[in-house]
Amino acid sequence: MRHAISVYVDNQAGVLSRVVGLFSGRGFNIESLSVAPTLDPAKSLMVITTTGNEQVLEQIKKQLNKLINVIKVVDCADRDYVEREMILVKIKAEKETRAEVLRIADIFRAKVIDVSPKSYTLSLTGDKSKLEGFVEILTPIGIIDFVRTGTVVMEREMQGRRKLP
Amino acid sequence: MRKITGAQAFIEALRCEGVTHAFGYPGGAVLDIFDAIMDARDIQFILSRHEQGAVHAADGYARASGRVGVCLVTSGPGATNTVTGIATAYMDSIPIVVFTGQVPTHLIGNDAFQEADIVGITRPCTKHNYLVKDVCDLGRVIKEAFYIARTGRPGPVLVDLPKDVMKSTVNFKYPDSLSLESYCPTYKGHPGQIRRIMGLILKSRHPVIYAGGGVTLAGASKELSDFARRLQLPVTTTLMGMGAFPSGDPLSLGMLGMHGTYAANMTVTNSDCLIAIGARFDDRVTGKVDEFAPKAKIIHIDIDPTSISKNVKVDLPVVGDCRMVLRGMLAELAGKDAELAEMLSQTASWRSEIEVWKEQQPLRYCKSEIVKPQYVIEMIDEIAPDDTIITTEVGQNQMWTAQFYKFNEPRLFLTSGGLGTMGYGFPAAIGAQVAFPGRTVIDIAGDGSIQMNIQELATAVQYDLPVKVMILNNGYLGMVRQWQSLFYKKRYSHTSMAVSPDFVKLAEAYGAKGLRVTRPEDVKDAIREALRIPGPVIVDFVVDPEEDVYPMVPAGAPINNMLLV
Ligand SMILES: Cc1ncc(C[n+]2csc(CCOP(=O)(O)OP(=O)(O)O)c2C)c(N)n1
Ligand SMILES: [Mg+2]
Repeated sequence: MRHAISVYVDNQAGVLSRVVGLFSGRGFNIESLSVAPTLDPAKSLMVITTTGNEQVLEQIKKQLNKLINVIKVVDCADRDYVEREMILVKIKAEKETRAEVLRIADIFRAKVIDVSPKSYTLSLTGDKSKLEGFVEILTPIGIIDFVRTGTVVMEREMQGRRKLP
Repeated sequence: MRKITGAQAFIEALRCEGVTHAFGYPGGAVLDIFDAIMDARDIQFILSRHEQGAVHAADGYARASGRVGVCLVTSGPGATNTVTGIATAYMDSIPIVVFTGQVPTHLIGNDAFQEADIVGITRPCTKHNYLVKDVCDLGRVIKEAFYIARTGRPGPVLVDLPKDVMKSTVNFKYPDSLSLESYCPTYKGHPGQIRRIMGLILKSRHPVIYAGGGVTLAGASKELSDFARRLQLPVTTTLMGMGAFPSGDPLSLGMLGMHGTYAANMTVTNSDCLIAIGARFDDRVTGKVDEFAPKAKIIHIDIDPTSISKNVKVDLPVVGDCRMVLRGMLAELAGKDAELAEMLSQTASWRSEIEVWKEQQPLRYCKSEIVKPQYVIEMIDEIAPDDTIITTEVGQNQMWTAQFYKFNEPRLFLTSGGLGTMGYGFPAAIGAQVAFPGRTVIDIAGDGSIQMNIQELATAVQYDLPVKVMILNNGYLGMVRQWQSLFYKKRYSHTSMAVSPDFVKLAEAYGAKGLRVTRPEDVKDAIREALRIPGPVIVDFVVDPEEDVYPMVPAGAPINNMLLV
């Protein structure tokens, strides 16, 4: 099962390598990773998405907690949370497809952030499935360049509410 | 506050941690520290002959005494030479702090002379490690290093000290306290869980305790013995747990696992309640995991949450210090006399069943004209004083020692369990002897392993450390040869030690004494003689070359599937 885990760590040199080394050394899988300082610059938040059965996930969380520089580990599967990642796509946009690309961007509420005579660069944020849907539709038109961030997550204030679309 | 150099501050910090001994080896990056050490008369420095020897000695010192072992080496090759020693301590949860020199901070990352990224290299085999970039952090880092090494599940910590940091000056004050927001081991077990555990144990009919090195580390042997005797629970220990429960006690089953006793492996396999205390379900213990204690409810007491349900699914876990949890468990017995009496009567037949296993298949070997290694160990046990510290190398020598030497107290048996490091025993014995100059310290060695750190004989001679090395010389890398004999059609690929030095002459060359024994009738006298000689001694016991260790569970088989003598 896919899990997003938020890991609060000391914002220090070498901490990322401790966390990543733990995953590779113990054969755990990292699907995506996003790291940035928190509002308190002494701490960073890493969001790791990973897969594994219950026992593996239990081990991942315990092993992370065991690292001296790890302050807190939160498994989002235990909570209701919102999830976002972002992609930038540079897409072919020649005469016959320019309008079509903009239409798709509009439907997905993507933004045009760069234009050239032969391409558009679009940015889109959303959860994993929305982004994947977007990419699927754009692929036949011709993707020139593509970059995607790791997932970030945040707990919902009101637990148990249904997800907004 | 006066200004002192980083190197002087380093010495001051060691003093504040109560360090009286340090092991190590000098070099360019640590010249300033060594200069400061020369003036520190209260810290005895022991110069090893190889950095690996220094780390194992610090480890042996720690295992024997329970204090944190300290090691200091130079950058680059000095640092990389410590890796095996650090990994050995890591696998067995031994508190040591290793200080490595580093090139000056402005050269880090430039492939400078004798630069190695030792913090990167040792990240996976230390409990934690540090690079000190600013001399103002030195006191805090050293304080944290010692604290992390000895608390919770202990382990090695490495501190990398760049040369310029040691040269710069600082207004030094060793911190009184530390704040490690993210590190707070759980010592006190959950009371509700302890109650449930006792409920389960009191209702069990085929209980057994499986105790590991955590019992020794927590200083919980007395509590373990009290608990086992009160409830009449049979006790088997891991290699690391030897001595945590007295071998001489009628409830003792000896070691379990691959070379465990028949009784221990049968008891575990047939138990309905396995009480794991400070043990970690290593594959050498469990054999085929799915068939390990298949009928048992599993209770697991350990200070390290990651040990729980890592290899074997646990029914009732308690995270906590073994000693505190065992005390809690004993306290739960208050007012339960009737239940206890009922349990004792209901488990009587289980104990008789175990007695039968013990009698059916005791540890044994065939006597012969040639010296048998097991006999040598039995005689060492008979002759050496009760408080003798025994270390071993790795291989058959190690397994026979675990089987045939009767350990009745903790911290008397020092062996590399988790990593299985050949070459551990001799330097570890040196470290133990430094901790206890007045006691007998014996390394029970193999002819292969002893050659991995034989250079430390010079250390033993230089510092008057009367360590006795008893080599069980079978002319083979015996344990590997045993596997080749059993599972590779006796194809002895590169396991014959066709050339070995003359260990008697070798001892003499180093300024120690050497003895050789070739006949069983001379074994006892040689041991007595070795113990009588005031300095370090090597005894070369020429033993049966093809003797094997039994019982043996083939790798990956269930542990009741034993090859017997
Ligand atoms: C550093 C290291 N290298 C290799 C091994 C693999 N190994 C395990 S036991 C053994 C043989 C040890 O031979 P010896 O010291 O003569 O002991 P014996 O088994 O003969 O008693 C070897 C090579 C090891 N444990 N450690
Ligand atoms: Mg040998």
